[in-house]
Amino acid sequence: MSKPRLTPKETQAIVERSIRRRYWAERRFRAYGFAAVTAGMAFLVYLFVVIFSNGLGAFRQTQVQLDIYYDPAVIDPAGTRKPDDLQAGDYQALVRSALKARFPEVEGRAASRELTRLVSGSASFALQKRITADPSLIGTRETRWVLAGDAVDLFMKGQVDRALPEAERPLSDLQIGWLDKLKAENALELRFNKTFMTNGDSREPENAGIWGAVAGSFYTLVLTLLLSFPIGVAAAIYLEEFARKNRWTDIIEVNINNLAAVPSIVFGLLGLAVFIGFFGLPRSAPLVGAMVLTLLTLPTIIIASRAALKAVPPSIREAALGMGASKIQMVMHHVLPLAMPGMLTGTIIGMARALGESAPLLMIGMVAFIVDIPKGITDPSTVLPVQVYLWSDSPERGFVEKTSGAIIVLLAFLVVMNTTAVILRKRFERRW
Amino acid sequence: MDTAVEVERGGINLKPSGRMPDGDVALAPIEAGKTVGNIEVEDPIFRCRDVDVYYGAKHAIKKVGIDVGKSQVLAMIGPSGCGKSTFLRCLNRMNDTIEGARVEGSILLDGKDIHDKKQDVVQLRARVGMVFQKPNPFPKSIYENVAYGPRIHGLAADRVELDEIVHSSLQRAGLWEEVKDRLQHPGTSLSGGQQQRLCIARTIAVNPEVILMDEPCSALDPIATARIEDLMEELRQSCAIVIVTHSMQQAARVSQRTAYFHLGDLIEVGETDRIFTNPRHKLTEDYITGRFG
Repeated sequence: MSKPRLTPKETQAIVERSIRRRYWAERRFRAYGFAAVTAGMAFLVYLFVVIFSNGLGAFRQTQVQLDIYYDPAVIDPAGTRKPDDLQAGDYQALVRSALKARFPEVEGRAASRELTRLVSGSASFALQKRITADPSLIGTRETRWVLAGDAVDLFMKGQVDRALPEAERPLSDLQIGWLDKLKAENALELRFNKTFMTNGDSREPENAGIWGAVAGSFYTLVLTLLLSFPIGVAAAIYLEEFARKNRWTDIIEVNINNLAAVPSIVFGLLGLAVFIGFFGLPRSAPLVGAMVLTLLTLPTIIIASRAALKAVPPSIREAALGMGASKIQMVMHHVLPLAMPGMLTGTIIGMARALGESAPLLMIGMVAFIVDIPKGITDPSTVLPVQVYLWSDSPERGFVEKTSGAIIVLLAFLVVMNTTAVILRKRFERRW
Repeated sequence: MDTAVEVERGGINLKPSGRMPDGDVALAPIEAGKTVGNIEVEDPIFRCRDVDVYYGAKHAIKKVGIDVGKSQVLAMIGPSGCGKSTFLRCLNRMNDTIEGARVEGSILLDGKDIHDKKQDVVQLRARVGMVFQKPNPFPKSIYENVAYGPRIHGLAADRVELDEIVHSSLQRAGLWEEVKDRLQHPGTSLSGGQQQRLCIARTIAVNPEVILMDEPCSALDPIATARIEDLMEELRQSCAIVIVTHSMQQAARVSQRTAYFHLGDLIEVGETDRIFTNPRHKLTEDYITGRFG
């Protein structure tokens, strides 16, 4: 059953028809691709707009200007000027009397308490710190900006609706009146939020800072990098260049690929059982966090590194071996430099995942409420994504913008990290 | 496996009782290890006997025996897949790097077995250099390419000596005049022919006793090929050369002895002039007269 031979003309006609179909298929494919990219970009833009509109407020904070008299009778009634005695002084009273001086018309306990609530409870600690550092200030007067309470901060950021009934908003009519007066006198301002950038966590939104989580993330990630990059690259080199190809290496390879897909919480449980339970390492410490994240990132780094090693042309290996280089010289002098960019790419992906990981860290106690900034890899600490989780879970209104602020810091951390890695990779990527 | 069957499968219509050539040797079924011509030379640098190579189950080289003489070029010719490159790679144990490859038989370099436990493979490869089919300079500078061998083997005590080795190697490879002003440029920026000469310079920088060349000119144009062939004639003064080539003209031009391989068997060995004017084996004759291959 053979068809009659086509004439060249007939063939042309068939080809022409198919050409139209091919171009149409190509245009359709391009349209799909364009639509996919556009949709992706739209979501990204939406995400950024939401996060930044919510979070930028966290970097500014309301402060009240007060005329403070460092009254020796209140701070240091005994007159000893000893640090211990200075610590014991009633600094809250200084704030109270400064407020009273500004609003002399306020009478009665209830009104006074409302007035005091305009200023954050931490203002007295700031004064205490200042006096302890410099006792010679005692007996002098000073105009200082002190932290406002979280309700005042919300008011300044336009999140308190005056139209609501008094009982339903965090500020009373009386308080709003005072605030309007302070504002008119330029004694109430949104200023750069140093607290947010330098403090650890706190129960009060106005005192809560991101620095503890940043330091915790920094220690954890540096340690993760130091552990996972050398181990991962060494494992990849051994498996790819030295190990015999037999059933054992096959099993290892399959298992590494499987590990890459294991849910991260499982690694957290493993870390809890082995590192904390068996080896007795401290809870909530970046050390343990880094070890868990190392387990998590190792498969990614090993797989990427092996792919990078495989991509090195065999001619380079033959050239090196033919020159009489030993195997390790071949790897170190020729193969590794060529594979390094690919290995770094894998490491970036792994580290980015480690930075955003929170589930396994919950398991090892990095979710604890920690006020102090960690000073080392064994200090209790938390990390940025866990901080985001903690704040998003807090009832106070003030934590809403803190949450978005923490996400912004997390993204900035990620961008800095990735940029560094890309620059590093460009350096290695000398294509000859 | 019966060899005659394999020959027929190879697409060559060869009857065991084919036409007798004019010479004195009958055309019998190929028998492993039965090579026509004199495989021995006086005072050889390499003496190979009964060399078998297996790639897994595949018997790639069958009982090959041949000597490589000092100060001469031995050309190995034959159709694709005949095992000439495989045999070449036995001589500096490059087959060690191939998973599943197994080499049997004795290969003596200066009377010592290269598969001996005491023979270090690194040292062997320093004595037996290799130039590959595709120019494969390291992705480093021209200088570093040539300096690499001396450096890993510790041949130069200081920078001055190293400079001298690099200079003389490039000079001997006929590349010095072309690259002397750009030694720090990448080796891969050179043309194909220059790259191959750079690879030769890199090889001779460690003063090898033998240079193995695996189709060194197959990726080059005729002018670059001619330069490399001239270079081989000069290098022959100081070391033996074994070259695998697909070009019979090249074999005729550069070599003193020629070996003809066919499907893993060494069919015939002899003086190049004799092989090309008076081949004794039917297969050799068919190949060099262009009936196949």
